[in-house]
Amino acid sequence: MQKTIAAALLALALPALAHAETPEQKGLAIAVESQKRNTGWVDSKVDAKMILENKQGEKSERNMRLRALEVVSDTDGDKSLTYFLSPADVQGTALLSFTHFKTPDDQWLFLPALKRVKRIASANKSGSFVGSEFAFEDLLAQEVERFTYKYLREEPCPTDEAKGLVCFVSERFPAYENSGYTRQVSWVDKKDYQVRKLEFFDRKAEHSKTLLFTGYRQYQGKFWRSHTLVMENHQTGKKTTLSLGNFELNAKVDQTEFDPDALARLR
Amino acid sequence: MRRFWLIGLIGACAAVARAEPIDLSGYVAGEVRIFPAEPKFPAQHENTFSPSLALQPELRWKLDEENTLTLIPFGRIDVDDDERTHWDIREANWLYNAGDWDLRVGLGKVFWGVAESRHLVDIVNQTDLVESLDEEDKLGQPMVNLNVITGFGTWSAFVLPYFRERTFAGPEGRPGLPLRVAEDLAVFESGDEERHIDFALRWQERVGNFDIGLSHFHGTGREPRLVPTLVPGGPVFVPHYDQIDQTGLDVQATFDAWLLKLEAIRREGQGEPFFAATAGFEYTLYQVFESSADLGLIAEYHHDGRDDFAPFTIFNNDVMVGARLALNDQDDTSLLGGAIVDVETQTTFATVEFATRIAEGWKLEVEGRFLPYVANGTLESNFERDHALEIRVLRYF
Repeated sequence: MQKTIAAALLALALPALAHAETPEQKGLAIAVESQKRNTGWVDSKVDAKMILENKQGEKSERNMRLRALEVVSDTDGDKSLTYFLSPADVQGTALLSFTHFKTPDDQWLFLPALKRVKRIASANKSGSFVGSEFAFEDLLAQEVERFTYKYLREEPCPTDEAKGLVCFVSERFPAYENSGYTRQVSWVDKKDYQVRKLEFFDRKAEHSKTLLFTGYRQYQGKFWRSHTLVMENHQTGKKTTLSLGNFELNAKVDQTEFDPDALARLR
Repeated sequence: MRRFWLIGLIGACAAVARAEPIDLSGYVAGEVRIFPAEPKFPAQHENTFSPSLALQPELRWKLDEENTLTLIPFGRIDVDDDERTHWDIREANWLYNAGDWDLRVGLGKVFWGVAESRHLVDIVNQTDLVESLDEEDKLGQPMVNLNVITGFGTWSAFVLPYFRERTFAGPEGRPGLPLRVAEDLAVFESGDEERHIDFALRWQERVGNFDIGLSHFHGTGREPRLVPTLVPGGPVFVPHYDQIDQTGLDVQATFDAWLLKLEAIRREGQGEPFFAATAGFEYTLYQVFESSADLGLIAEYHHDGRDDFAPFTIFNNDVMVGARLALNDQDDTSLLGGAIVDVETQTTFATVEFATRIAEGWKLEVEGRFLPYVANGTLESNFERDHALEIRVLRYF
């Protein structure tokens, strides 16, 4: 993403670390470094399982196959394709998203029963993804350009897995339209620059949800991926666990898979 | 026709023989249609509760990265209507996927268009009208279909070597027509009858917020004219299938929560050449009533300039308004309500559809169909007593 700008920002930010640096500059520098360490994976394949749990502990499950294409551009973010394997009644449904920084995202839905590809409104950032506690915006690639930042403090990392590591704690504010959040607070470890925890504050500025990232594993000696994401909704008592497996990076995914006109041949 | 089914079946059997993992899915559905009013025509059944059972297994076998075989048979057993007791092969095809082009050979299904209440541009597959009046159920169409994704849009070419006749309710079926539709007596303009080879070509492209499709179809029109004819045994409707040329345009503009839609066709071959169009919008309100539900508001206007020598349509000058509520809950609960009102006669056709998941793999659908006002002499007046509530339980596997 925006390699030249990122490099320029780093050149500015790194010496500044030694000198007086505003919390905004430091927050941005942390995000830029995180992103830098996650550039060059080209494309990916991953299997995803979501377990939705309500207050009474009743569970339901969704299984998906995810494809993503890394886009390096000043204006456009990554492309992603979500293909549903279950529940059985939505099997074969697919969602294709193109993200952009300055213009609204593009989204297409493939409805297998009608064999219909429908372009859908992308304004729905804050809506629930398939009834889970994840909003659409929570699942988009978290590119630097999507937020503005403010560094708060350092403290021990919050998850057991990251015990012993120190985390940067920063606020970030959605820079895109239609977000359901006024702000988020992130815990990013100082060693690998991976997100360990996110707190979400809703439109009324109330702490509504918390997301924990665990099960980190490194791929190709470079890219860290969390395999278990647990999102808790403090207002409803509901919880969604997203388990990721069979990661393939630089997976040589056929680029035409990300063409809306190719959706109809998924089924 | 049977030859095409056979090719598909043999392909599928070959697939089974290779003992590779075959993906089996599909559903079985039990349905009760409730007709509160007495039927309009004497031959129609008088049962308030009219049950039926449908089965649609879907077999998919991915041979390798490029080759996929698909087999989707469908069947329904209807207690009251012998014509609605029917079966079909929705799909039986081989797909070769080469990335920027693909080829599909066999019985297939495609959808063209953007509108919700009428599918003007969508012409490749015949409508399985006995399944539902909404014209969204389609019969499998024998085809050779080549799709090429280029830097200048996606081109799709179709050779359609066999024609499928539209299905209609039987004389005892509801909703139905005053006369039996004699499908066995169908009259074709072409001497090749159902063996006439049809062609279709489509180009689609995205330009910014606009999704554009242009298409042309040359061949046997999917909509029959129903001609009252006296045959031994009494009068029947004989379906007449004409040779037509139809050019279609479909455009959707997507701006934030707005979808603006246009479908238009020009058709030659049925009376004077005519234009027809559907234009409308869909506007979605997200997280309404401080819940996670979305409310979509839909309005569409239908114009159709066909004359009396073309098949009859109810969409000559009509307005459709509707709303779709999606709860975005664990059970994917949704509610859709809509009404199509004829601007000239005020005849109104209203539908309500509710769907929810009742357990893992189980779905409940409830569909209501009402005609609150019907003017005399309209096509809808045939259905004026066919208010119905359909309750369906589907088991997916």
